[in-house]
Amino acid sequence: MTNEDARSAGAGTALLDVRDLRVEFRTRDGVAKAVNGVSYRVAPGQTLAVLGESGSGKSVTAQAVMGILDSPPGRVTGGEVVFQGRDLLTLRKDERRRVRGAKMAMIFQDALSALNPVLSVGAQLGEMFQVHEGMSRKDARGRAVELMERVGIPAARERVNDYPHQFSGGMRQRIMIAMALALGPDLIIADEPTTALDVTVQAQVMDLLAELQRELTMGLILITHDLGVVADVADTIAVMYAGRIVETAPVHQLYRAPAHPYTRGLLDSVPRLDQKGRRLYAIKGLPPSLTAIPPGCPFHPRCPLAQDICRTDPPPLYEAGPGRASACHFWKETLDGAR
Amino acid sequence: MAHDDGGGPGTPILEIRDLVKHFPLTRGVLFRKQVGAVKAVDGVSFDLHQGETLGIVGESGCGKSTVARLLVGLERPTSGQIRYRGEDISTLSARALRAVRRNIQMVFQDPYTSLNPRMTVGDIIGEPYEIHPEAAPKRDRRRKVQELLEVVGLNPEFIHRYPHQFSGGQRQRIGIARGLALRPEIIVADEPVSALDVSVQAQVVNLLEELQREFALSYVFIAHDLSVVRHISDRVAVMYLGRLAETGTQEQIYDHPTHPYTQALLSAVPVPDPDARTHRDRILLAGDVPSPANPPSGCRFRTRCWKARQLCADVVPPLDVPGEFRGTASPAGHASACHFAEERHVVPSE
Repeated sequence: MTNEDARSAGAGTALLDVRDLRVEFRTRDGVAKAVNGVSYRVAPGQTLAVLGESGSGKSVTAQAVMGILDSPPGRVTGGEVVFQGRDLLTLRKDERRRVRGAKMAMIFQDALSALNPVLSVGAQLGEMFQVHEGMSRKDARGRAVELMERVGIPAARERVNDYPHQFSGGMRQRIMIAMALALGPDLIIADEPTTALDVTVQAQVMDLLAELQRELTMGLILITHDLGVVADVADTIAVMYAGRIVETAPVHQLYRAPAHPYTRGLLDSVPRLDQKGRRLYAIKGLPPSLTAIPPGCPFHPRCPLAQDICRTDPPPLYEAGPGRASACHFWKETLDGAR
Repeated sequence: MAHDDGGGPGTPILEIRDLVKHFPLTRGVLFRKQVGAVKAVDGVSFDLHQGETLGIVGESGCGKSTVARLLVGLERPTSGQIRYRGEDISTLSARALRAVRRNIQMVFQDPYTSLNPRMTVGDIIGEPYEIHPEAAPKRDRRRKVQELLEVVGLNPEFIHRYPHQFSGGQRQRIGIARGLALRPEIIVADEPVSALDVSVQAQVVNLLEELQREFALSYVFIAHDLSVVRHISDRVAVMYLGRLAETGTQEQIYDHPTHPYTQALLSAVPVPDPDARTHRDRILLAGDVPSPANPPSGCRFRTRCWKARQLCADVVPPLDVPGEFRGTASPAGHASACHFAEERHVVPSE
């Protein structure tokens, strides 16, 4: 199946269907509403980018989907996470653990702290096969070498007994990708997978990830703050702000004509490589504290289009064209203004 | 002289010549023996002119932060010169250096760790006056600090608050206010916006530009984000493993790069335009940056370069305008440390 078929088929058969997910954290300052009714779908072979700034809830949503939320203080207070037809939130702990790792896997930003520093990478990769597939230590080690070769680690056979700190940042990230792939998952969640890497290495790792995803027809959720990375690899985008999705759209449409003022502000505020900029557009103010999210539209204190209705009525996700939605009362005006 | 970076008119305010900083690598505890050196900066020359912004870009470990620390005197160079208004400050006594350093101030990357959490904002911004009491008499200091808060867009009444009461962007404004306290001529900013979210980053970049106009500041702006550097810089220097690979105006470097490393670097930057996916000229480099303790002979980039030949291993390429462009008006005629310098377009044009 090509990527294109996968995407069109995806409309009906979602691999992952997150519905109205809500997550809260107990903090000293009160209850922080980190995720406030997030819904998204990912089809096999499709890449969904979840874009947002710090505190937008993009990582917490993913942790809740993976079932690795720190709880307490975090708590899922509502919604469903339907993965391959089953709501993961209703599963027993041990059932959930079987899904995690085997069917869905996660790649983190910081490979050095995600890998075990006192185990060789071969042992860590091999452990997956020993535990989940009951393989012998020797066979597992052989599979580990294969995987390392597959993710482009030179001299894998010689390096299989090396420890994580003996690898460079880019190579460590490849090892983490190898671990995520080990059991042939159907969904990968990558949380800022290249943010800590230098730009030339970032390109290598992103290319590897995209290639593997295509080859294995996996669903990929890419969590990032980087508008450039999103433009390079995503099929669809969900933009998050204050624990909500404020806009979703196919990637080309979102960049060409955003339907939410926040998205528009983000696009206008990044300096461009291809032009000596004039003054950058700056979204005024700061993102809200999650313990005191403004009433109405959470973006209204920073929004150039805000009217009275925005201060009182939280906007629903309006359908803003085929495959598009915007949580803005004035999505039409925004869309027209962008064209 | 093999140094020509096509600088602006007038005498440079800062002239850096053959700057070298080696950090010794030692072995043993009691009898520490030097077994080698990390060549963090290994022969770097450039000029900074009044009122301009020079961007220095490079990946981690290239030595750009060490250059910053050398410029403001936080490190002493192993050799080479840092001339401020014609005077070599790298050999000055500590006392004489302190007087000069009033004019060269630094803004740091991390607004979370570079501000003392136990000091009020007023004390942090006013601290330079403790070190340079001649800059402001005691009775004026409070007013001066409040002025500075206002200049960087913070409420002057925040003077008694502590850093943790501010967001990342506001903290970076505090760091900038502290950098401005002594009315320096030069600000060396090391990754000043890379810890900030996109929407806040734009606010701080705009602030830096406004302050430059208002106070006729010269900036050395060090960053790994090539888009931000293009936006803010007049001229750009590309650094690799302790040396400069290429220098020129922002237009020369981004639109007419001639060094293979610059080309690879620029081609790898993701641009926020999904349409660029298909028609971009991407150069994927193999491997990682070699260790600065044991850099390759000749051209330092040769181990990752697709053009490398024997000459590159034998002869260090000088940072110079390539022969065929010398004396021409071609935008490719800027300094490039490559034996086989040649223009290649890698940044998609609109």
